[in-house]
Amino acid sequence: MSAAVNAPAVALPAVALKDVRKSYGPLEVLKGVSFDVAPGEVVAIIGASGSGKSTALRCINGLESIQAGSIEVCGHHVGTQRSDAELRALRQDVGIVFQSYNLFPHLTVEQNVTLAPRRVKRIGNAAAKDLARACLAQVGLAEKADSYPEQLSGGQQQRVAIARSLAMQPKVMLFDEVTSALDPHLTGEVLRVMEKLARDGMTMITVTHEMGFARRVANRTIFMRDGLVWEVGGAEMFAAPRTPELQSFLGSEL
Amino acid sequence: MRYDFDFAVLLDYWPDFLAGAWVTLQLTFLATVFGMAIGTLCAIGARGKRRWLARAIGIYVEIIRNTPFLIQIFFLYFGLASAGLRLPVFTAAVIAMVFNVAAYCSEIIRAGMDTVHPGQIEAAQSLGMSTPTIYWDVILRPAIERVYPALTGQFVLMMLSSSVASQISTEELTAVANNVQSFTFRSLETFLAIAPMYLALAALLKLSFWGIGLFAFPRRRRLGTAL
Amino acid sequence: MDIVFNWSYFGYLLYGAMWTLVLSACAFVLGGAAGFLVMLARTAQSRLIRQIALVYVEIIQGTPLLVLLFIAYFGLGVFGIEVPPLVAAAISLMINASAFLGEIWKGCVEAVPRTQREAAECLALTRWQAFVDVILPQAARIATPPTVGFMVQMLKNTSLASVVGFVELTRAAQVINNSTIQPFLVFGIAGTMYFVLCYPLTAWSRSLERTLNVGRR
Repeated sequence: MSAAVNAPAVALPAVALKDVRKSYGPLEVLKGVSFDVAPGEVVAIIGASGSGKSTALRCINGLESIQAGSIEVCGHHVGTQRSDAELRALRQDVGIVFQSYNLFPHLTVEQNVTLAPRRVKRIGNAAAKDLARACLAQVGLAEKADSYPEQLSGGQQQRVAIARSLAMQPKVMLFDEVTSALDPHLTGEVLRVMEKLARDGMTMITVTHEMGFARRVANRTIFMRDGLVWEVGGAEMFAAPRTPELQSFLGSEL
Repeated sequence: MRYDFDFAVLLDYWPDFLAGAWVTLQLTFLATVFGMAIGTLCAIGARGKRRWLARAIGIYVEIIRNTPFLIQIFFLYFGLASAGLRLPVFTAAVIAMVFNVAAYCSEIIRAGMDTVHPGQIEAAQSLGMSTPTIYWDVILRPAIERVYPALTGQFVLMMLSSSVASQISTEELTAVANNVQSFTFRSLETFLAIAPMYLALAALLKLSFWGIGLFAFPRRRRLGTAL
Repeated sequence: MDIVFNWSYFGYLLYGAMWTLVLSACAFVLGGAAGFLVMLARTAQSRLIRQIALVYVEIIQGTPLLVLLFIAYFGLGVFGIEVPPLVAAAISLMINASAFLGEIWKGCVEAVPRTQREAAECLALTRWQAFVDVILPQAARIATPPTVGFMVQMLKNTSLASVVGFVELTRAAQVINNSTIQPFLVFGIAGTMYFVLCYPLTAWSRSLERTLNVGRR
């Protein structure tokens, strides 16, 4: 049909993995992973440890190199060859939050947030401060701007890490098991910040153990197993898993 | 056996002692600044990807650390002189001190850099920061803050070893004392007198480093704890 | 007529190196004994003794070894005794080492967890028994790498004895250089000899440290 030719290309995915393969020596951890994430979509990746879910996430912003396949992220192409300049350009559009926060211990909360905008985007000190205040307010920590990371609880540190990523105004945010290192009573504050981000339309990919969060917040959930995408679905997938592997995984997580 | 101490004769020479102490301070200042700069570069090179460079730096550091400063200064000063290059004694002393202290600095700073968690570097990379920025803001600054006491201790030790430069007639404090005792024949008194001068210089140095530390490491100033 | 470096000069350097070793050994034994006393004083129960020891350490660590050496050399001289340079050098090295080793060892004693002393005292051991049988063996383990590291320092420090005319390796090299005027060669060989003496100690200290760190994990 000729009408299809004139259709606007709105559905261009924000992130697209095509047959991504990755090995550490003889150990193949990603055996051809493909999935798309649309702009504004929230995708959760679940799976047992060793399933390759964190590795897949880290490939998206180039922290891990890939041996085959390709990744498209917001117009940046990640193949098997990568130059430093291309990687830096990519990473300005993709934020990541780690399990272990990785805040810079020698800098205040505000300096943690302003460092990259000042150094990478070369914005002025005053503008950077304003930006930091806005980002910290978004995670509810405006009053902690002058504290040092060690003076904060784990949940607060993780929220600062989110603010630090937001300050680069990324188009996609990656979350790598961000609540796994937290005491159970501190996970809620971090998950609430993430939910708010999702509602505000941020494109998010989150590797998580929080099944409740995946079911409630994610538009789609990807279940990974043995370096492959095993099952993909919406919230209904948790109630009615199609594969026995997902069923037993969900059983063990409860 | 009685010995009559006579410190009074030394009083006439106080301008000489002062001048000597000033030269010692100049030597120390120059060696600290350049030693720190070269030591930092060596620490970066020793951890870098270029194997030959890391190796060359390793050899340099081991040679300096396993030979006496006196031999190093003789080798440099008399050696270059025999090759036709007569360095002024002050310059020769500064160069020898810089080479010496840079090797120790590089080891200390490298140990500090090793304490920076790889996750810190990943986080910085993920924010799109370039390698030089990462080195400066994320690796070196916390590394130097962590090893600052060891570094400053090394610089104080180096100030004390600058006395060895008297052996190539650099007119620093010990060389001045040598001259004074040859005029006065009051050898014991002369050297007893410069010991407290060195103590005062060491105290001055420690005080300056403390002040610089307050200025350079706001986290330490605010929280009062080591990083 | 040029005098050129030859094998007899090399023999003279070896002779100097032997005296470097003798002086180092003296310095280590004497300095170790004195350093042990400094360590005891720095960890003493009496506040006064601790403070006196601290002042001593600060003074010695703030005075150049070369100045200490001159003080020992001329100081002994004023008593009218003809002092062999070896004695002056050994005494000044001992004093220098006592302060540094005392401070290193004090740190090691304090690195042994408090609970060890408490446990020993709960078994009704006296303070001294607890120190000798419980604290010291553990502290000694921690102390070995930095002590070996300081031995390198002492070995290098003996080169200063050349200044008061004691013929050790550096003095021997100076004497030879005065006649051959081949400083790169002569001081190069002397430097190499120092390296050969020091490097094994450096390497040993490093490997000890590594084993200790692995053991602690």
